[in-house]
Amino acid sequence: MRHAYTWGAILLIVFASVTGDVLMSRAMKQVGDVDELRKRSGLFAVIGRVLRNSHFLLGIGAMAVAFFSLLFALSWGDVSLVAPASASLTFVGNAAAAKFFLHEHVDRRRWVAAALVACGVAFLAG
Amino acid sequence: MTFRKYLVLAGVAVFAAIGDSMLSRGMKDMGAVSLTRLQTLIAALRDPSIIGGILFLLAFFSAYMTALSWADLTYVLPATSLGYVLLALLPKFVLHEQVTTLRWVGIFLIAVGVSAVASGPELTHHPRDSEPEPELAAMQEDR
Repeated sequence: MRHAYTWGAILLIVFASVTGDVLMSRAMKQVGDVDELRKRSGLFAVIGRVLRNSHFLLGIGAMAVAFFSLLFALSWGDVSLVAPASASLTFVGNAAAAKFFLHEHVDRRRWVAAALVACGVAFLAG
Repeated sequence: MTFRKYLVLAGVAVFAAIGDSMLSRGMKDMGAVSLTRLQTLIAALRDPSIIGGILFLLAFFSAYMTALSWADLTYVLPATSLGYVLLALLPKFVLHEQVTTLRWVGIFLIAVGVSAVASGPELTHHPRDSEPEPELAAMQEDR
């Protein structure tokens, strides 16, 4: 039963992390190139635009859910399972979500990169 | 990609690795935190390692948001995963700990993944990119 709780929490971490990253990416594409905007309108105008973006605020909420799910997962399972499993699955989940929700051009090169980094992180943290 | 953009990507990787390390060190110095003694979390905010860790993680977040404003998510995440390598190598050079064969394999895989994604374009160009985003257009109208 404890095993099921741990994997449930890991899946929640992955879902919330991917949701947060996708929302953040969407928000920053809507805001535009920060370097260009800062040169034109100043830093405080850029910060104001970011903080008023609804995708950014939802992304922060999703990241908070991911953080607290991590705390729960660590209280039920070993860090040697939770850390690599959640990090690796998040990399692969982000590649799929970016393709479907952000319409990014995820070609073979990016799939291979995501898979290699996911495996590498699992080896490092395992 | 300009040199400045590579610096931002390097900042994402380095700031996250240093911030996580400092937070981890600070929390280990504090000892275990329980739900019945939440005041220890307040006390933790006076620890120099934890303050430094929070500042570095704020810098990481700023660099991450900046990178996402001009690059795809599927480019930024693998390209900045060298931070994991940094985290793995820090104990070797700072604490002179051994790095296991499994970890060297992990470092190699990440390095190959980073070089694969870094050799491609950083942004997907959609047909509608020729029109400014609504927020950008509003900002230009404000001026």
